[in-house]
Amino acid sequence: MQVRRFAALAALPVVTSLGLVACGQGGDDAGESNTSAIVSIEIAEPQHLIPTNTNETSGSQVLAALFTPLVSYDAENKPVEDAAESITSTDNTVWTIKLKNGYTFHNGEKVTADSYINAWNYGAYAPNAQGNSYFFEKVAGYADLQSTDPDGDGPQAAPAPKTNKLSGLAKVDDLTFTVTLTAPYVDFKTMLGYTAFYPLPAAAFSAEGVLAEGFEEAIIGNGPFKMNGTWQHDAKIEVAAYDGYPGAKPKIGGVEFRIYQQLTAAYADVLSDNLDVLRTIPTENITSAPTDLGDRYATSPASTFQFLAFPTFQEDFAKPEVRKAISMAIDRDEIIKSVFKNSQQSARSFVSPVVAGYREDTCGASCQFNAATAKTQYTAAGGPSTIKISYNGDGGHKDWVDATCNQLKTNLGIACTGVAEAKFADLLSKVEKKQDVGLFRMGWVMDYPSMENYLGPIYTTKGSSNYYGYSNSEFDTLVAEGTKAADEDAAITKYQAAEDLLANDMPVIPLRFGQNNYGYSTKVRNVEIDLFQRINLLKVEAVS
Amino acid sequence: MIRYIVRRLLQGVLTFFGATFVVYALMFANQDNPLQALAGERPISENVRQALTERYHLNEPFIVQYGYYMRGLFQGDFGQSLTGKDISEMLELAWPNTFRLAVMAVVFAALIGILAGVVAGIRRAGIFDHTTLIITLVLISIPIVVLAPLMQLFFGVELKWFPATAGADPSFYALMLPAIVLGAGSLATYSRLTRTSVVENLRADYVRTAKAKGLARNRVIGVHVLRNSLIPVVTYIGVDLGSLMAGAIVTEGVFNIPGVGSSLFRGITTEDGPLVVGFVSILVIIFIVANLIVDLLYAVLDPRIRYE
Repeated sequence: MQVRRFAALAALPVVTSLGLVACGQGGDDAGESNTSAIVSIEIAEPQHLIPTNTNETSGSQVLAALFTPLVSYDAENKPVEDAAESITSTDNTVWTIKLKNGYTFHNGEKVTADSYINAWNYGAYAPNAQGNSYFFEKVAGYADLQSTDPDGDGPQAAPAPKTNKLSGLAKVDDLTFTVTLTAPYVDFKTMLGYTAFYPLPAAAFSAEGVLAEGFEEAIIGNGPFKMNGTWQHDAKIEVAAYDGYPGAKPKIGGVEFRIYQQLTAAYADVLSDNLDVLRTIPTENITSAPTDLGDRYATSPASTFQFLAFPTFQEDFAKPEVRKAISMAIDRDEIIKSVFKNSQQSARSFVSPVVAGYREDTCGASCQFNAATAKTQYTAAGGPSTIKISYNGDGGHKDWVDATCNQLKTNLGIACTGVAEAKFADLLSKVEKKQDVGLFRMGWVMDYPSMENYLGPIYTTKGSSNYYGYSNSEFDTLVAEGTKAADEDAAITKYQAAEDLLANDMPVIPLRFGQNNYGYSTKVRNVEIDLFQRINLLKVEAVS
Repeated sequence: MIRYIVRRLLQGVLTFFGATFVVYALMFANQDNPLQALAGERPISENVRQALTERYHLNEPFIVQYGYYMRGLFQGDFGQSLTGKDISEMLELAWPNTFRLAVMAVVFAALIGILAGVVAGIRRAGIFDHTTLIITLVLISIPIVVLAPLMQLFFGVELKWFPATAGADPSFYALMLPAIVLGAGSLATYSRLTRTSVVENLRADYVRTAKAKGLARNRVIGVHVLRNSLIPVVTYIGVDLGSLMAGAIVTEGVFNIPGVGSSLFRGITTEDGPLVVGFVSILVIIFIVANLIVDLLYAVLDPRIRYE
């Protein structure tokens, strides 16, 4: 089982992209900054604000203000200790986490090992139905917190799990605890930066393992900001700088997370200086944004990866030569220019440029546009004369799918049609039933910066999101060896060897890497957005 | 009269149950996988699916789900949406905004629409009449999805006469622009209805009689013509008030007003049955009450119409 997360790309695909370009930061240094100012940031109504239940970007943006993670990521996206003093392991199976002293929750409570253990046990316990519970899969004892319905979906209720405590979590002293994994996992430290691994204060629980009523409305964290009042649904969430915070202090007095129903409304507000930061420029405005906002329009790398997948179980697409020829017949740069207005970047590798171990052009000749060779190879390999490309119609994918189809028509001399399914879930269920959908559109957003996150879940035989029936035992072995490697460099060597196999087999066609396109008002500066689409709240400054 | 009101209210109760039942049934028929719809494009883990299915009775047949919902409703409990939020709280937050918006839109549309209609009717075939006809034609033909962003761009972003968005808990001033946008379509209809009605009544016998008796022109128009001309307009306004509340989806989205429209829209996209039915129930009540008031107003406007 792999940690996975399919992109909530419904509205994003056209908007996000372009990996390598460094933060296009238009900082102007004129003017004093105002340390008591409130900065307003656009979000959508979060679904949840409990760390183990939050997996969309709006909720995580709010939680990033309220919580300090065990590790955060440096400029190379390697993990560095944040709330943790040290995270060590000799065998990558038993991890010792020492916490920094002096951190308190916003109600004054000390952050201790128990704050983590209780929060994680709550998150992993199946009846709590936490969306991020699968993040604890690698911790020993996870299976005992789950239960299965005895008759599938039937009338009988599933029995209560055996226990509600992960046997792999053990407290050593107030500031130290150990995590035992079921198998060695070299990237565990990297994983700990994810939202699911935040601690919760004792005040969060009304009884052991039971979350207090209303805690989510006025959540108490260990981060640089504390809640100001309660969550005002569909309106706003206000946070203020927390005086008792021992870490790096923010340069602003607080943040108003303003909830928008539509990005276009937020865009109008940024233009008229009613809103300070818009995290995603709406698709409609992407072409005019550089003119509208000037140097207040900025871009930065995002972790999204868009690709076309083959149903490799279908005879038509069983041959790698056919798959390679199709890939070669697609002119990625042209589509990015004409459809995406250069707001994304062509992908010619299987892992995103944002993770350590990325190499350019690992896909080789198959991802270089070459119409003539593509046609020769396609005919020689006996590719099908009609191709379908399925996509979810609610995500703005029609334009690029049609453009891709037109290229295939021209370059391969075949018939090609784009087929829209109502929702991504509909598409997935058809694929799972192995119905004839032709090629299908997929997207990936990473959970934590590691090559493994771009390989394991998507291509290993038992990968949780391997919908294309790709299975290569050599690949599986290499990824498994990578996760068990002694250190990250050794792991990367294995992962890269695995990636090279993908270039040979081409189970999917890499198309585009994502980019954050964001904008801000004249009242703020030093606005940076990270790989998880979150504004760096410790850097933002208000122009006084 | 009292008997009429009571009868109408009893009919209203039946309508209420019928409407919520139909809406619930439609939501259920349309729902293939509400939990997946909530999760977006991420696959939902089996354990979470199991726990949530049991919590919201999603594996029960539709009639049982409806039963649970109605039982809660009788205890004054609208239940929880699939995201675990109290629907009654969501209603409390959303309704005041939408109500204010819709009332402002109706008042704006009625004031200007009726005034323009009367003037156009009196000066039939004049310049004013032709101008209003053209303007109302334009207003009716521009869909609100085009009109709202355009108005926002011109008056909010470029000219800065109004705030670009209203936001939660908006001021009267901030609601002006969205109300004008929302009322624009109705305004055109009101003015055209009034104009036609006024033109017709001006030719009526009782107006000729009134004029012949030497009544002042203002009195003839203000009392005799206007009062009779308003009947079709009032009918339309009554029905329109309900539609404005339900139809504010676009306006609320563009101007970022957290109201009924936006909640309803989210409920439908996430296949959140209880949420949609909760909002629709209130809409049904508003339609019923609005129509009752319209019927009663008839009697006031035209003494010939009386109810047993």
